[in-house]
Amino acid sequence: MRITCPICGDRDRREFYVKGAALARPEASATLEDWHEHVNLRDNRAGETKELWYHEMGCSAWIEVCRNTVSHEIVSTRLAATADLGAKR
Amino acid sequence: MRFSGWRVLKEGLTGNKGWAPHWRDPEPQPEYDVVIIGGGGHGLATAYNLAKEHGITNVAVLEKGYLGGGNVGRNTTIVRANYYLPGNSEFYSHSLKQWEGLEEELNYNVMMSQRGQIMVYHNDGQRDAMVRRGNAIINQGDDAELLSREALRKLVPILNYDNARFPIMGGLLQRRAGTARHDAVAWGFARGADQRGVDLIQNCEVTGIDVENGKVRGVQTSRGVIRAKKVALAAAGRSGQVAAMAGLRLPIESHVLQAFVSEGIKPVLDHVVSFAEGHLYVSQSDKGGLVFGSYLDFYSSYAARGNLPMVEHTMETCVSMVPALAKAKVLRSWGGIMDMTPDGSPIIDHSGIEGLYLNCGWCYGGFKAIPGSGNAYAHLIATDRPHGAATKFKLDRFRSGQGLMDEEGTGAQHNLH
Amino acid sequence: MRVAGKGLLQGAKPVTFSFNGRHMMGLEGDTLASALLANGVHLVGRSFKYHRPRGILTAGSEEPNALVTVGSGAQQDPNVRATQQEIFEGLEARSQNCWPSVEHDVQAVNDLAAPFFGAGFYYKTFMWPSAFWEKIYEPIIRKAAGLGALSGQPDPDISEKAYAFCDLLVIGSGPAGLMAALVAGRAGADVILAEEDASMGGRLLSEVEQIDGLPGVDWVAQVLAELGDMDNVRLMPRTAVTGAYDQGTYGALERVAHHHPRRAGLPRECFWRIVAKRAVLAAGAIERPIAFANNDRPGIMTASAVRSYLNRWGVAPGLRVTLFANNDQAHHTARDLVQAGMHVAMVVDSRHDAPDSDLFPVMKGAQVCNTGGRKRIDSITVRSVAGEERIQTDCLAMSGGWNPTLHLTCHLNGRPQWNRDIASFVPTPGTVPGLACAGACNGEFSTAGALREGVEVAGQALQELGLKVVDAALPQAGDDAYNMTAIWAVPGKGRAWLDFQNDVTVKDVKQAATENFRSVEHMKRYTTQGMATDQGKNSNVAALAVLADATGRGIPETGTTTFRPPFVPVSMAAMGAGAAGMGFKPQRFLTSHLASKELGAEQIEVGLWYRASYFPEGDESNWRQSCDREIGLVRDHVGVCDVSTLGKIDIQGPDAAKLLDFVYSNTFSTLKVGKVRYGLMLREDGFVMDDGTTARMGEHHYVMTTTTAAAGQVMAHLEFVRQALRPEWDVQITSVTEQWAQFAVAGPKSRELLNGILSEKIDNDSWPFMGCGTVDVMGVQGRLFRISFSGEMAYELAVPARYGDALFRELVSRAKTLDGGAYGMEALNVLRIEKGFLTHAELNGTVTAFDLGLQGMVSKKKDCIGKPMSARPGLMAEDRQRLVGLKPIGAVKQLTSGAHLFNPDDPVERIYDQGYVTSVGFSPALGHMIGLAFLKSGPDRIGDTVRLVDHLRGIDALCEVVDPVFFDPEGTRARG
Repeated sequence: MRITCPICGDRDRREFYVKGAALARPEASATLEDWHEHVNLRDNRAGETKELWYHEMGCSAWIEVCRNTVSHEIVSTRLAATADLGAKR
Repeated sequence: MRFSGWRVLKEGLTGNKGWAPHWRDPEPQPEYDVVIIGGGGHGLATAYNLAKEHGITNVAVLEKGYLGGGNVGRNTTIVRANYYLPGNSEFYSHSLKQWEGLEEELNYNVMMSQRGQIMVYHNDGQRDAMVRRGNAIINQGDDAELLSREALRKLVPILNYDNARFPIMGGLLQRRAGTARHDAVAWGFARGADQRGVDLIQNCEVTGIDVENGKVRGVQTSRGVIRAKKVALAAAGRSGQVAAMAGLRLPIESHVLQAFVSEGIKPVLDHVVSFAEGHLYVSQSDKGGLVFGSYLDFYSSYAARGNLPMVEHTMETCVSMVPALAKAKVLRSWGGIMDMTPDGSPIIDHSGIEGLYLNCGWCYGGFKAIPGSGNAYAHLIATDRPHGAATKFKLDRFRSGQGLMDEEGTGAQHNLH
Repeated sequence: MRVAGKGLLQGAKPVTFSFNGRHMMGLEGDTLASALLANGVHLVGRSFKYHRPRGILTAGSEEPNALVTVGSGAQQDPNVRATQQEIFEGLEARSQNCWPSVEHDVQAVNDLAAPFFGAGFYYKTFMWPSAFWEKIYEPIIRKAAGLGALSGQPDPDISEKAYAFCDLLVIGSGPAGLMAALVAGRAGADVILAEEDASMGGRLLSEVEQIDGLPGVDWVAQVLAELGDMDNVRLMPRTAVTGAYDQGTYGALERVAHHHPRRAGLPRECFWRIVAKRAVLAAGAIERPIAFANNDRPGIMTASAVRSYLNRWGVAPGLRVTLFANNDQAHHTARDLVQAGMHVAMVVDSRHDAPDSDLFPVMKGAQVCNTGGRKRIDSITVRSVAGEERIQTDCLAMSGGWNPTLHLTCHLNGRPQWNRDIASFVPTPGTVPGLACAGACNGEFSTAGALREGVEVAGQALQELGLKVVDAALPQAGDDAYNMTAIWAVPGKGRAWLDFQNDVTVKDVKQAATENFRSVEHMKRYTTQGMATDQGKNSNVAALAVLADATGRGIPETGTTTFRPPFVPVSMAAMGAGAAGMGFKPQRFLTSHLASKELGAEQIEVGLWYRASYFPEGDESNWRQSCDREIGLVRDHVGVCDVSTLGKIDIQGPDAAKLLDFVYSNTFSTLKVGKVRYGLMLREDGFVMDDGTTARMGEHHYVMTTTTAAAGQVMAHLEFVRQALRPEWDVQITSVTEQWAQFAVAGPKSRELLNGILSEKIDNDSWPFMGCGTVDVMGVQGRLFRISFSGEMAYELAVPARYGDALFRELVSRAKTLDGGAYGMEALNVLRIEKGFLTHAELNGTVTAFDLGLQGMVSKKKDCIGKPMSARPGLMAEDRQRLVGLKPIGAVKQLTSGAHLFNPDDPVERIYDQGYVTSVGFSPALGHMIGLAFLKSGPDRIGDTVRLVDHLRGIDALCEVVDPVFFDPEGTRARG
């Protein structure tokens, strides 16, 4: 399996740590129910899904990867910094 | 037909002409008291228990492929009751007791073999964690023994005691743990359920769950609409998607866990052995193949296949810990789809929709749970009260934080198990 | 028997080898199988279940019968295919799964009991009495099971792993593969041509045919010479591509040294990870046997294997050969034998319209329905409209047609398609992204067709790679018709084998169907069909056809089982290469490692690190003596300990303080420059992730320490927060764990020691408790932190790692002049337990700040990671197991980690469990053991008595619940 790092290019999966679903963090004022949804509940889609990978053994970039969980095709990748995952403050 | 040595003898002498189907292939009826979605180990065991323990026989098990085609047919066949957190502890203890009488119960040789399972530790910290676990097991009423390095060496001489990167210090032994013939477990429960009148319906994919006014009415399937008073989910690997048909979102991610079997070799390993470093677990089947595995691949997947990094990690651990196995050749690898919950422990509970029940989130522990799960889930479906051994497998624990069962201590959030 | 003038080994060097202790001669280039046949040996092995005598069925890696054990002692290698093992001087091979010998195998008695050993018999018996399974039945079954034996000793051989990258990976070197490689190579693409066999050429090495007017083998040599001259082409013989994985990654096993005597330093095998932009599968096809009664005797082979032995190795597998076939191509076997001067007794063809021949007799519309002979075939019984006829023969070649070797196309869950014309499964295009199929594996069985498809797929791949085809001239070759009419199983009595090794017969499959194991997966699992070492390569399609017939369905509706990696079995040694012994994981050594070893320190593993456990001195004979002494050094004088394994993270930038406030539960923006603060970090689920101290070195500069275990995790977490959650903040994070060597200098004389090496002397005012800053250490710029993990006045002194060794030696030698010295992990652990400080024994992933009594550290004034979820009711419940100290108060003075706690009057059962012990140690200061534990409602129970029970170690002790800080609770010593 190979992941395309937006900075380093096509690299072996061994260089990466995978964190799971790419989800925007709720605001500080969010309810416990919102937090339960964020931390625990998952769409867990069979198909294209966005997730976070960390190029740990490479450039240290956190990457949002759009990947198909059935075929393992990598559809697209971009830096997590551009994915707007932080809550509005 | 009752199975026995005599029967095998008699059939052998008369040309094996008397054997009959182990189960029927009925057409689905328009309505059932209970419809179980998923004809794997848990679904079949649940159907069996509904019929046997609760007299509920107007039951259908709907399977989109063939019976036992999911994780019950693609695992490393390990059975144990060595959990240490309340909830898991009593449940797996209960399940192991069920395993111990399963052949007689089902009149099917599932080859439950209590060959003993050993968790090897490599340092003081791991030893202390295993002692905590072992004491919890004994407090629960099950068996555990702490083995010194010397005692372990005597029991399992082929491990790497002399030049391992992570030295082998000893192990925690559970003698009543072991392995079983995985397919036979599914078939045995299927046959038992069928004999008690349950309809096992293969090639029947559920495409929708009908809910009206907060109450379940039945299911849509590839073979038509089936009405049901109660619908019970037992679709490991696809739990999230099946639940979504009823508008539910579950605390589950699907991950792939690979497993491996080697070519048949003469017996070298009697016990099931697992290692705290590298997370290898290995046993040898009655056919002679080494059956082994390690971690998840760690990315979510529905592909039921994995990639080389974890394949190689598994082999590396084996070569390091059991160098005498290095010349064994890997014959086949496969992947199972694991319902991973945030804390690594399962859910047997009401869904929040009347008449719809959840049995999911078994992570990589589902096989050993089958008899206990069937028992507990049937109890919940039949009585609407949790079985005494499964009171803590609640869906709500993730919301409340109450009674989380994080056996590995890696976290009560996704992707850490 | 070797045939004069035949084969490619003419003039080859003679080689001596032994089989079952008998010395024999072969030729260089022989496989063990061809050499055995040349020596007239047909009985090679025994089957798995019935111990039937077995010979050689095939000439390739798919061989199910002729599995042998090679070598002896620790190097013994079981389950080696005789059809693949090349002979070399001194090769020792022997039959396996037979006793006392392959000729006389006691367990052959199983064959007589075959009626009772039908499909799935074991699911129906061995159940009574239940205790007998483990004690009697299973041990007998286990003893009988298995094929060859491992030596039981550690593998003394080495293997390797390697990576390779290419534009085009060509798998298989028959006509299709060679053409693909040639076209791509000429176009300048980086090509890897991988061939499982020792020699490239595929079937061309075994067939009598012409390409471009040249004998096939000469054309192969010409192409290989051209490829060999290209720098952009790598030829990899003896390399089986074993698996297709995601994004163009392939696994491949190279047999580096199986074909010659052992040479020091040479790996036996190399496991390759090949990353290919495009791939061509040109793996050929496997000829399928036909099921008829007693079709498993030695001397019965596939027709193509007979041609291979004759045309490639110059060996005739029999003197009076018969052929049973259903296709025209198989007749080449008879033709080649006759042309080589051999006798063909009869060609039996199931087709009524089979072609006639001038060279050999043909019975059309006939079937072989039985065979005779025990350890080698001696006759066949042929059934035709004319009745049954017995024909003497010593070798039966059979061909039921061919199955494309499409396995790799299924490795990513692709399913093949049924092609009615050739009655075979063929690959479904696109099932492995970037991989295209050509030649026989694509269902194109003629040589001309294979050459053409090879050119086509290479051209397509080149176009996708953006390269131009330079020369794609198509050689001329034969286009023989295949003309196959399927026949799977000959009706009749007697057992007709499908899966030879696992002894699965047509009857077994039919019985499975009768018992409603009608799904192909059910049939496979119930009968073990296709689960032998050949993974059903020889038998799956025929078994499927039998099942389809038994269930009244067509083959495509019946389906296929899934092909999974590896394509051929791969040793763990190869895929796990490099991991033996110390190679399993990197070893991380501290800069003080050498000095510690010189001091005689015992080393222990801490994650990947090695740390000094204790430093024995004088006549100390166990760790406790050293540990107690080292504790005394710290409490009374001064101790030195290397703490560099703790993670060190340098955090700089205008928003550094914001970041720390966000990742720590407590506040760091208020920390003054030159000060250190203890911090608690939560996971988003609200549980504690890690703790540590962070020093503010400057307005925009912090240095964070993490626990040793969590260093990597915390680093990833900080980067996640910075990049994914707060990309707008201006802050940079760098791991500097390895850049700094850091030593704890602890004890009442620590300042005195330091003042001997610091250019500017320090005192309690200039460097107060929790102070930090840069210092000059004997001319080197370092950092000094006034922090204490022991409760004593203590400092941590950090210098660039290259000075670590020198500084450690200097510190220890100066400590000794002050009656102090080095201390190790054991002493460090007791010192911190005395103070109630935490390690990962307590921070075990399942505890909350509340459990640790640190709920006050979760700031109410700000948001932080984990704060919302830490407020869940379940995480704040009073009766959670919470941190306390324990001291023994009964007769038993021993405390142990991992023991559980109970109320003294309760039964020792799970439901009464009150908690567990995390850490224990003997406190020399207090004169008794102390422990840290998590106890239900712990802090509310100070002064209570609990019962500590450790069944595993036989400890049952009464303890008093005390505050977790045992020593100097006011903390005056650290501040002094």
